Amino acid sequence: MKPAAFIRHVPRTLDEALKILAQVAPQDGRILAGGQSLVPIMAFRLAKPAHLVDINEVEGLDHVASDGQILSIGARVRHAAFHKSVLDNPLGKLLAYVARHIAHYPIRMRGTFCGSLAHADPSAEWCLVAATLDATMVAKSTRGSRPIAAKDFFEGIMSTALAEDELLAEVHLPLLPADAKFGFNEFSRRAGDFAMAAALVTYRLANGKIADARVGVGGAEPAPRRIAQAEAALNGQAPSDKIFRAAAEAAAKAIDPLEDHQTTGEYRRDLVRAVVRRALEHSHP
Amino acid sequence: MTAPAKFVGRSVPRLEDRPLLLGQGRFAADISFPGQWCMRVLRSSVAHGKIKSIDATAALKLPGVHAVWTAQDVAHIPPIPFRLTGLKTLEPYRQPVLAKDIVRYVGEPVAVVFAQDQYAAEDAADLVEVGIEPLRATMLATEQPGVYEHGLTTEPGVVRKGYGDIEAAFRKAHAIVSLELSIGRHSGVPMETRGAVARYVEARDILEMHGASKVPHWNRDTLAQMFGRKRESVQLFEGHVGGGFGIRGELYPEDILVCAAALKFRKAIKWIEDRREHLIAANHSRQQTHKIRAAIDSDGRILAIDDEFFHDNGAYMRTHAATVPDLTAAMLPGPYVVPAYRAIGHIRLTNKTPCGTYRAPGRYESTFVRERLLDAIAAKISVDKVEIRRRNLIGKSAMPYTLGLETLGTHIVYDSGDYSRLLDKALAAADWKNLHQQLRARRANGEKVGAGVAMFVEKIGLGPFDTVRIEIIPDGTIEVITGVASIGQGVETVIAQICADALGVDYANIRVIHGQTDRIDKGMGAFASRVTVMCGEATRLAATQLRGKALRHASELMQLGVDKLDIVNGEIVRAGGLGPSMPLGELAGTLSAVLSAEDTFESAHMVYPYGVHIAVVCVDADTGAVKIERYAIAYDIGKAVNPKLVEGQIAGGLAQGVGGALLEEFLYDENGEPLSVTFADYLMPTAREIPAVSILVTEDAPSPLNPLGLKGAGEGGANPVGAAIASAIDDALGIPGAVTQLPISPQRLKAICRRI
Repeated sequence: MKPAAFIRHVPRTLDEALKILAQVAPQDGRILAGGQSLVPIMAFRLAKPAHLVDINEVEGLDHVASDGQILSIGARVRHAAFHKSVLDNPLGKLLAYVARHIAHYPIRMRGTFCGSLAHADPSAEWCLVAATLDATMVAKSTRGSRPIAAKDFFEGIMSTALAEDELLAEVHLPLLPADAKFGFNEFSRRAGDFAMAAALVTYRLANGKIADARVGVGGAEPAPRRIAQAEAALNGQAPSDKIFRAAAEAAAKAIDPLEDHQTTGEYRRDLVRAVVRRALEHSHP
Repeated sequence: MTAPAKFVGRSVPRLEDRPLLLGQGRFAADISFPGQWCMRVLRSSVAHGKIKSIDATAALKLPGVHAVWTAQDVAHIPPIPFRLTGLKTLEPYRQPVLAKDIVRYVGEPVAVVFAQDQYAAEDAADLVEVGIEPLRATMLATEQPGVYEHGLTTEPGVVRKGYGDIEAAFRKAHAIVSLELSIGRHSGVPMETRGAVARYVEARDILEMHGASKVPHWNRDTLAQMFGRKRESVQLFEGHVGGGFGIRGELYPEDILVCAAALKFRKAIKWIEDRREHLIAANHSRQQTHKIRAAIDSDGRILAIDDEFFHDNGAYMRTHAATVPDLTAAMLPGPYVVPAYRAIGHIRLTNKTPCGTYRAPGRYESTFVRERLLDAIAAKISVDKVEIRRRNLIGKSAMPYTLGLETLGTHIVYDSGDYSRLLDKALAAADWKNLHQQLRARRANGEKVGAGVAMFVEKIGLGPFDTVRIEIIPDGTIEVITGVASIGQGVETVIAQICADALGVDYANIRVIHGQTDRIDKGMGAFASRVTVMCGEATRLAATQLRGKALRHASELMQLGVDKLDIVNGEIVRAGGLGPSMPLGELAGTLSAVLSAEDTFESAHMVYPYGVHIAVVCVDADTGAVKIERYAIAYDIGKAVNPKLVEGQIAGGLAQGVGGALLEEFLYDENGEPLSVTFADYLMPTAREIPAVSILVTEDAPSPLNPLGLKGAGEGGANPVGAAIASAIDDALGIPGAVTQLPISPQRLKAICRRI
């Protein structure tokens, strides 16, 4: 379990990092941020990048900042930064609630928010958050900067719209309405494991009726996404056990489930049904 | 006169903890020698196939690479011999050190690289090109045996045990209960992976292997035999060991390879297993399918049990040979009266990692099967699952109880036990009556909660002997030299406690030496929960002898009769405590010869502790998840030398039992590709999955086979966990017999829930 040889570059500025990345990208050069997924993959020699561009010394990538509309999260921000609410908006509480479900404490101290999105594991909690809340990814390279919408960003299992010379420099999450409710639930074999299914929901109540419902499902398909059928089942309805069940059923029906040696499509749908309903039943505040 | 017990029976702190807590432990990977080479094993990526070519040209050109070996380089080394339960008919199925023409599992060593460091070794291993023509992989032990090689089938042997008239019992039965049950493939996964560092000491013509554990003396003798060397010219050294569980410390191909290379190249050779290797190369265990039936009378009393089982031993017969299926068949009757019994165990080879023993080998499996059967009998005649056990338990008055079966070369005779009394105590500790009312009320509210119970008999302390030498050093230290091994279980403390009481010294002044073949000529090691029983009694004998010796010498010096002297806190004093005294160390210093004694404890029989586990679970019917809400264990150990360590053994065993019941499973695809090769796929229980456990250790049935009444603690925490949890899940779902397969993954349980 020793990685193949590689050269580690330690740029101090974003420009320098992007220049090096442009040079080494054709040789499978990769960004090293928290390393919690990349380093084990290298130890197994499943990846043998010849170059690592270590961004841990790059200035100006460690910000978590809100302008009142958007929360910007820089490429060096660790999962643990969200253990406590980072802003006075339901989004802060949502991120804090979700963060507790990410792997284990030591991993949360090193792994990064943006790294998780760039890695794009279908089970990753932050990918689900980005997809459900329609985040915007800011990709930077020596060619310039471009925004990528979450729905275009996740292309499949560990596959994104990032070009090989692009760094995911920043993610923009829209703030939630002040009266927004959210709920999150995931199922895994053990505490801290990759979720076999996860659901994130947000909505508001307008005159006692659900409005602006978002229902995101992760871990069940190659990439997390919003499930329009489940949202439609909720919008305009008063919250009730019956409506929650209907939305959960709609989500279970709508997905194209991942299957593996142990997990049938039918079981994956069972899990989606359970996590969506539980996310709705246990919404905050 | 014998000193009163001051240390035995007390939870004194462990003597071995200081270096471990200070980070000063010396595990296999901590051992290095100047100029050493690192070894990397190149393993088959094909489950079954013909080796067509191995080309190491590119690998050998890499800087820092010294050599690459294939089968022809080790052609002079015989396959690894059996250590236990080795039958002649099994010998053709032993594993070669490196695969020669055929590979039989993914992970099988086909070549080794020797290089200046681990990085170069792994780089080189990546460059070795191995051509393998795939053959059909056998993945099911239950299918008809196929061809292993010409003249040999994939069924190397069949274990047959039994007594009584089975056919007659089934003919007159009131009812017959039949089940088909499976236990999943899992194993001990110690925190420290395997490792071995060998070197040849030219100056003294000695081959050394460091990183030994479990059975250093047996391994020393075997290595000497395999290399045609005198046994004195091979020495094994045990360092700290990060867990054993039966799988660590057996002789594996890698141990042989480092020794062979050290002899050939005259360099220290170091091999440290990585975790992926560990999960595909170290012994697996447990995988069996049973077809069992019981003949019962109208009260649910067992008239006969008839079991046919299929034991999936993986690709080869390793050092344990037939041990696991043999114990499965021998221990299946458990604590119940079974008037007629037959077990037929088919040992089957498949294209998976070879198997060996794992904590409570054969018993985790057979207890699951037997206790499922008891639950099924209870359901058949509609009586409570506790009541059905009471009706069938062996009574106290029947002890010692001759089972009529043999295993490991000894007759099974339950030495002592009061099974129903322990059941009463366990039920009281769990507040069984109230518990049932609470669970019933919760079930009425829609919760799927239930309780399960399982009983078992363990077997401990396989002899045939252990030898201990005790020396009094002039500085006052007492050194106990043993041939047992420590896999982290507290050997040093427990042996010191026994020695301290017998000799009359403080246990903290005793240094216990273990696992060093150059310090004592013979020893049996650490397995089968044997150390406290066998080495403990040998220690007591040697210490008693040494006490007599010391008193005789002191009596001459002090001009007092032996009967007027005593040893208290390491000082020879006048009985009664008045007058001059002399420290033992000082006495030793006055003598020209070393003040020491050696003694041996021999025992042809094992001892049999027993226990009861009670589990309370909650099933999540939406997802198939199981939460263990409560867990209670009652265990009769005869005599607990250090109750805290006994509880630790039981709690650790429980965690492994829960792993096998709910989480851990080595899965393969249909081509034999292993799917559980990292800790993300092979699910070890963590602190979050293990419930708080209440442990009741009782001493109601001391063993009559040794004076302290010792039994053993190692395996009773793991033995019935699968059985107890399965029973609780049945209760939660309200479906007797719902669980037929371990581990109870959420996928499998959800499939059961769908049928409700």
